[in-house]
Amino acid sequence: MTAMAQPNGRRPKRLSAGRIGLYAFLVISALFFLTPLYVMLVTSLKPMSEIRTGNILALPAAPSLAAWNSAWSSACTGLQCNGIRVGFLNSIRILVPSVMASIMVGAVTGYALSFWRPRGAQLLFATLMVMAFIPYQVFIYPLVRMFSQAGIANSLLGIVVVHTIFGLPTMTLLFRNHFVALPIELFKAARVDGAGFWRIFIQIMLPMAVPIIVVAIILQVTGIWNDFILGLVFAGRENLPMTVQLNNIVNTTQGERTYNVDMAATLLTALVPLAVYFLSGRWFVRGIAAGAVKG
Amino acid sequence: MAKRRLIGSRVSAQVALAPALLIALVIYCGSTLWTLWISLTTSRMLPNSVFVGLRQYEVLASNDRWLASIVNLAVFGVLFMVAALTVGFLLAALIDFRVRAESLFRSVFLYPFSMSFIVTGLAWRWMLDPTLGFEKLLHDVGFADAHFNWLVRPDRVIYTLVIAAVWHASGLVMAIMLAGLRGVDREIWNAARVDGLPVWRILVFIVIPMLRGSFATAFVLLATSVVRLYDLSVAMTNGGPGIASEVPAKFVMDYLFERGNLALATAAATTMLITVIAVVAPWYHWQGRKTHVGAAH
Repeated sequence: MTAMAQPNGRRPKRLSAGRIGLYAFLVISALFFLTPLYVMLVTSLKPMSEIRTGNILALPAAPSLAAWNSAWSSACTGLQCNGIRVGFLNSIRILVPSVMASIMVGAVTGYALSFWRPRGAQLLFATLMVMAFIPYQVFIYPLVRMFSQAGIANSLLGIVVVHTIFGLPTMTLLFRNHFVALPIELFKAARVDGAGFWRIFIQIMLPMAVPIIVVAIILQVTGIWNDFILGLVFAGRENLPMTVQLNNIVNTTQGERTYNVDMAATLLTALVPLAVYFLSGRWFVRGIAAGAVKG
Repeated sequence: MAKRRLIGSRVSAQVALAPALLIALVIYCGSTLWTLWISLTTSRMLPNSVFVGLRQYEVLASNDRWLASIVNLAVFGVLFMVAALTVGFLLAALIDFRVRAESLFRSVFLYPFSMSFIVTGLAWRWMLDPTLGFEKLLHDVGFADAHFNWLVRPDRVIYTLVIAAVWHASGLVMAIMLAGLRGVDREIWNAARVDGLPVWRILVFIVIPMLRGSFATAFVLLATSVVRLYDLSVAMTNGGPGIASEVPAKFVMDYLFERGNLALATAAATTMLITVIAVVAPWYHWQGRKTHVGAAH
């Protein structure tokens, strides 16, 4: 805003050579970044015969949604041919409780760490922050054993618990940093009025945390939807998420590969995070800035 | 009365932290120690308690598959980080020259980051398909001898992972750098321009040093994602051809769940853990001193 008044930007009417080069570079880069999406889209709209004879960048001669249809409802993973919709529904069933649980635990933890600071709070927070960076491979085997002891291995509950566990560092960081930035007087006034731990949280802090809740939802929806390894290990055969199903559909094809169906299934899997991304706009960037997106 | 409420609230705070405490102690610390312990035993399909010290690490050090994984990851890691940091910074710097349609460019550069590695890997595998992908395109437009079959060439396949990963992550770097650039005082630009410095010198010698915090953050985020590299390899190449694109995370998963060698898998996982700590600890220390602790600012 204020930058607009500064004189070092060149006048828009006289395009210098440097300015043209700058735009040329940006446009070429943009084309590079868009190519995969474009190729996926046109491939998914072509019949296989056209894919074999034509070239990968060509527009479809007669666009058809046949591949989308079979990707959604009849593509095979191994012996089952129910399409990727099975994975879509599984992912939804995993996503909704996982997002809610991880945000609730993270919000409460962040709140308790920011205003109350019970004994050991610093150590707990430091542990969580270090763990955010550790590869899953370090935890996976013991977790599998613990879960089968607890009877939640290969279940919906199991995968929800796992997402809550691994979402905790980022969620805690997000909410803690938000609450730490709020004026302490707010908290003290509520204390003087006699409000306790939970009342302050629910009546004062949560309403003030709406923006950060939105950021948390964006982070968790894309993160959990895009997860592959946790779903593969903990969800169980009945609940495999869409990413795992997608990989199975594409990588276990018998006989000739149907690239159009593969690409339709891939786009279908990308649809939810893409929608979140394009609808949320700057909020997505805020999410990245606020906490390391796990990947 | 008030005092009892105070005590009540203190108890509530402890109760509220119970899940996090449980996760930190049992899951995080407990699992890490358990994994470490298994790596010191002779466990195969099932864990046992036959202590053999660091023998599994010696076995690991002479395992061809593991050595190939490490070399692959090193090649991937260096190329990917250099490329993603360069591309990301360049895009951010150019966008920061107040271009038109700035938000459109930003959206286009960042959207791949919203998608999963599985989607990324499958999209690029199709484009790089040696018979019907870009190679066919080159042939069709007249370059009959052109080859772009890196996906099936053991000596080149790792570069295909780099291409896909750079496409996926450059937007993230751009977003971090752009936030940093917006914090650079415009007066510095003006003063430098008045002194007659060319733009590239201002960028390299003045702006980049000022962005070292952004670079450090981007570096740590990229580095940890390098160590974790798994999905992309599974989707694009499944480690092949042969073991030409095997990576450590995949090595651990294979030996845990398919090859039934728990001790070796956990020794590999512990090695990954040590690597990550070596990367994160210095940055964490530096960040912690500078401001309050945060994973990414």
